[in-house]
Amino acid sequence: MDLQPTAREIRKKIVRMATSGKSSHIGTALSTVEILASLYFKTMRINPLEPQDPSRDRFIMSKGHGCLALYAALAERGFFPADKLSAFYLDGGIPGHATRDCLPGVEASTGSLGHGLPIGVGMALAAKMDSRHYRTFVLLGDGECDEGSVWEAAMLAGHKKLDNLIAIIDYNKLQSFGYTKEVMDLEPLSAKWESFGWAASEVDGHDLEALDGLFGKLPFSPGKPSVVIAHTVKGKGVSFMENRIEWHYKSPNAEQEKMALEELK
Amino acid sequence: MRSSFIRSLTEIARKDARVIVVTPDMGFSVLEKFRDEFPGRLINAGIAEQNSVGLAAGLALCGKIVYVYSIVPFVTMRPFEQVRVDVCYQNLPVKLVGSGGGLTYGSLGPTHHSIEDIGLMRGLPNMTVYCPGDPIEAELCTQSSHAIPGPAYIRLAKGSGDPIVHKSKPDFRLGKAIQLRSGPDGAILVTGNLLGNAVAATEELSKEGVSCSVFSLPSVKPIDSELVLKLAQMGMPFVTLEEHSVIGGIGSAASEILAESGFKTKFRRIGLPDRFAKEAGSQDYLRKKFGLDASSLAKTLQSHFKK
Repeated sequence: MDLQPTAREIRKKIVRMATSGKSSHIGTALSTVEILASLYFKTMRINPLEPQDPSRDRFIMSKGHGCLALYAALAERGFFPADKLSAFYLDGGIPGHATRDCLPGVEASTGSLGHGLPIGVGMALAAKMDSRHYRTFVLLGDGECDEGSVWEAAMLAGHKKLDNLIAIIDYNKLQSFGYTKEVMDLEPLSAKWESFGWAASEVDGHDLEALDGLFGKLPFSPGKPSVVIAHTVKGKGVSFMENRIEWHYKSPNAEQEKMALEELK
Repeated sequence: MRSSFIRSLTEIARKDARVIVVTPDMGFSVLEKFRDEFPGRLINAGIAEQNSVGLAAGLALCGKIVYVYSIVPFVTMRPFEQVRVDVCYQNLPVKLVGSGGGLTYGSLGPTHHSIEDIGLMRGLPNMTVYCPGDPIEAELCTQSSHAIPGPAYIRLAKGSGDPIVHKSKPDFRLGKAIQLRSGPDGAILVTGNLLGNAVAATEELSKEGVSCSVFSLPSVKPIDSELVLKLAQMGMPFVTLEEHSVIGGIGSAASEILAESGFKTKFRRIGLPDRFAKEAGSQDYLRKKFGLDASSLAKTLQSHFKK
């Protein structure tokens, strides 16, 4: 199944939601699209008609501000009708950070950084306790890895040999006030995770085939949690948003929306 | 109270396989029996409180009822935002259990005191706050915390040295005070480990001809607002008493109800002043210093309840 058209549809939904809701964080959502498409359409064992199936794979959007992409992917995958997305960011509608129970398929409420991986560790521990075979995927931002709680969770996951836990780093190299390299250099990032007992792999986070190939090899090493360092581009897919920090904050106006949708045709 | 709590939780865990304990490496001489009886159901997450509370939320999202055990500051303050977002916002059955309420760890100093925790926990939506006054109340609070569906905080005091105040098991209902003494001259609304001193002070007072009521409030949130309103309406002088800052605890909670009631009565918050107790001292020493020992309390109450 070629997921290019799916990724394009998710991007269009993101652009429309950010415009109608006048929301921030479009850039951070766009960098995760191929990762989400690959997970929700190929990798994860899920059934949109049974979002509470106890044996389902779990996904946590730890970078909760990227929920535009999550909501769009869930709609695209059929968890709920796409018209629900029009309530995003509006009065009485859906909040601008991932919120459980506001839409089917959202596994955890996030928005404060550094919370998703600990929750994922709990889910992975529960699976081991109950001898269930589901996997827990947690998508983190690169800047989010500045948070100490990420490394508390990483250390325990390695120690407990949680090979049913997968962290994915959306490594778009931009955080809220500058380049990760300048604000707080994460390198050597793979080596950091490996030293915490994880098996790490790096990938072009926009290469659907490569992502699919990599996710097919999970767990990368039996008895170890896996981390995918996905090299991405903030604002990917909309030329005038790519690698521009202001699209962490700005929302597109009507004209910019038109231009963006034109590019995504 | 700790032994009472863990005994009670162990009994609950025998009947409910969903019950799990998570600890950030605390519980020496407390949790061993639980660990030995339920080896897979105690998770020591290392000295990492944020992760402990976060993973407790993850376990709860998968159907577990999770008790997170540590010393009060390390289960309420260090991971406060995880408590707020992961537990309370998601409204999950994660129960925080804090040992060493108030000045229990006297000489260890203010890092280990807890004088702000009730205020912090009671401000959180969806949170139920228990502050048992003796080991019997600790057992009742543990049972209640398991019976309610959402988040809870239980503030314990010592291991096994807390005095048993209740002569028999009282009728415990969430949001209701438990009356221990009855008298017409005034009322003490006490929460937590000062319950024994409240009763002792009342006995001293009765020798002076002052007869007052004592109500224990193990349920801090919800608080027994009907009781506060009733006292206010009667014009009964009353005080709140707690080993907690006068800011944020039951003193504040009762003040809020009283201020909005439209009734006037003589009221006073008795608790710890708004400062850190930097001087080393046992709990008894510090209680005396802050006027929370039975004799000092009796004097304060006598002047407050004086007609």
